[in-house]
Amino acid sequence: MTIRSLLIANRGEIACRILSTCRRLGIETVLAASEVDRDAVPARLADRVVVIGAAPAAESYLNVSAVIAAALTAGVDAIHPGYGFLAENPELARRSIEAGLIFIGPTTAQLADLGDKLRARELAAAAGLPLVPGRAVADAGEAAAFADEAGYPLVLKATAGGGGKGMTRIDGGSRLPEAFALAQSAAQAAFGDDRLYVERYVENGRHIEVQVLGDGTDVVHFGDRDCSIQRRYQKLVEEAPAPGLADGFRARIRDSAVRFARHCGYRGLGTVEFLVDTQAERFYFLEMNARIQVEHPVTEAVTGFDLVAEQIAVAGGRRLGIRQDDITLTGHAIECRINAEDPDRGFLPSPGRLTRAVFPAGGGLRVDTHAESGADVPPFYDSLVAKIIAHGRDRGESIEAMRTALDRCRIEGITTNLALQRAIMTDAQFTAGGIGTRWLETCLSARHG
Amino acid sequence: MTARLTLDDVREILALLDDSPYDEMTLTTDRFSVSFRRSADAQWTQETRTAPRRDSPVTDAFPAASARTDAPDRKVAGAGLSPVYAALPGTFYRAPKPGAEPFVDVGSVVDDDTVVAIIETMKLMNPVSAGCRGEIVEILVGNGAMVAVGEVLMHVRAGTA
Repeated sequence: MTIRSLLIANRGEIACRILSTCRRLGIETVLAASEVDRDAVPARLADRVVVIGAAPAAESYLNVSAVIAAALTAGVDAIHPGYGFLAENPELARRSIEAGLIFIGPTTAQLADLGDKLRARELAAAAGLPLVPGRAVADAGEAAAFADEAGYPLVLKATAGGGGKGMTRIDGGSRLPEAFALAQSAAQAAFGDDRLYVERYVENGRHIEVQVLGDGTDVVHFGDRDCSIQRRYQKLVEEAPAPGLADGFRARIRDSAVRFARHCGYRGLGTVEFLVDTQAERFYFLEMNARIQVEHPVTEAVTGFDLVAEQIAVAGGRRLGIRQDDITLTGHAIECRINAEDPDRGFLPSPGRLTRAVFPAGGGLRVDTHAESGADVPPFYDSLVAKIIAHGRDRGESIEAMRTALDRCRIEGITTNLALQRAIMTDAQFTAGGIGTRWLETCLSARHG
Repeated sequence: MTARLTLDDVREILALLDDSPYDEMTLTTDRFSVSFRRSADAQWTQETRTAPRRDSPVTDAFPAASARTDAPDRKVAGAGLSPVYAALPGTFYRAPKPGAEPFVDVGSVVDDDTVVAIIETMKLMNPVSAGCRGEIVEILVGNGAMVAVGEVLMHVRAGTA
C-alpha cells in the first residue's frame, strides 16, 4: 500500500528529519506533539499538529493510546515513531496494525524479540554470532552471583533498553545494591520496564555497528559506522566507515549483521551493534536496534541513500529495490552531536531558551536540528540540540571540515558541548583513529583530576 | 603616511560578517572600497527570530491534564533551617522508583551527602543531596512536580543528628 499521509510520533531533530523526506515524497504529515512542543520547529513544518498530552514524556510521547488516537483522529495511513520514545514498543506496533495503520518499523514480533535484549542474544547465538557472557538478573544478589563467576567490571543493562540507555558499569561489589536500584528506576523511567540483565564488561572495545535494511526476505547492508566516542554509553561522535579495519575483518562484521537480520526475517531499517576488539580481530554481538538511529546521516552521506525513504518503502510492503552491489561508499563522514550539557560542570543538563542558534551549511556539511533562535530547550526530553555532519573525500578531509563547522556554530542562551567536540576533533589520538569506548572518559577524568 | 589594512583587520571584518545575518558586506573608506560575500556553497542556515507562532492547524486530542496537586502549601522557613535547593529544572521524585519507599520523610536524619530526592532533567536522574547534617523538618514539593532552578525542596534542621 502506498503511504499518502503519516503521523510522526516524535519531536526534535528526528521529527524535522522525517518531515523533510515526507515533503520530498509528497506525503502529508501530521505531528503528534506534547503541549510544550506545539510551537516548536517541527510543529511549524508539519501540515497538521495534534497535541497528544502534557510535557512529561509519560503523558505524551510515551502514551500509546494517545498516539493511536491522534493517528485515527487525523486519518493518516501510517505512524513513524522516529527513535527513542515508542520507536521499539511492540504495543504501539500491534495497536497500529489493529487500527488499520501501517507501523513504520519491523513486525510486532520482531520488535518484541529484539527489544528484549536477552531474547536478542538467543537469536544471535542461533544465527552463529559471538556473544559476551551475560544473563538476566532479578536483584542485586543475582548480579553479585554473576560477578562471582565472571568477575568485575560488569555492566548492568535494561532488558527493554537500547541505545545505551539504562546501562551502568560496576567495578566492585560495594556499590552494587545502590547501582542496581538506580539502574532499575532509570529503566522504569525510560522504558516503562525495570528488568535488568548483566554482562561481563569488555575493556576498551570499539563500538562498531552495521546499517541494514530488510523486506522480510532479502537484507542489504549500508556499511559500518564507528561510534566509540561515548560518555556513559551515550554516543557523541560517529563516523562512517569505521577507520582502520582490515578488509577481511570488516567484511566478517558486515556479513554477520546481514546473517543476523536474515535469520530474523527482518523487515525494516535496523542497526546491528557489535563490540569489537580490533587487535585480536574479535567482535561480539551487542544488540540490534529496530529503528532509525540518531547517527544515520553519516551512512546517508557516504552511500547517497535516503534511509527514511527506504524505511517508509519497505514498511508500505514494497520489496527491496536495492541489491548489495547498488550500494557503494564514497569518502568518509563524521557526525558530532551538539548537546545541551555543560562538560565543565560534570555534564550538567542545560535546558533553557536559545537566544541564538545559527549553524554553517553547504560544502559537504549537513546540520540536522530543530534549534533556532528564540526556541526553548525543555527539561523533559533528551539534550540533543543539533547534529553536525561533515562529509569529505577521506577521513582527514571530513575532520578538517568538521573543525571549521564547529568553529562557525553560534549557540547562545544555553550551555553546550561544542568546545568538547572541538577538542575531540583536534586530538591526536582521535585523528589517528581506532580508539575504544573508554577513551573519552579517560581523557575527561585526566582533565578534571 | 598610509594606513595599512593588516591581516588582523581582515579577520575582524570577516568576524563581523560571520556574526551578522547578512550575506554581503561592503566597506567603503575614502581610499578604497571592499566587498565580502558568502559563496553559495558556504552558506549558513537561516537565522530567524521566533515569537511563538503556528503555521499548522493544531488539534487538542486530549485536553490539558490537570496540574498535579499533591504539593503541600509553602511555609516560611524558621530560623536554623537549612534549605535544600534544586540545582536543575526538572521533575522532582522522592523515591528511586515508583512504589518504592521515599529516600527521606519528615523526621529522617541525614548527613550532608545523603541522597534525599532525584530530579529528572533531560532523561537523567540527578540525585539531590541534603547538603548538611541534620533532620528533615519539611518537604515542600510533591512527588512528580516540576521544579525550577533554585527552588527550595526541603528544609533540614542542621546539627540535630
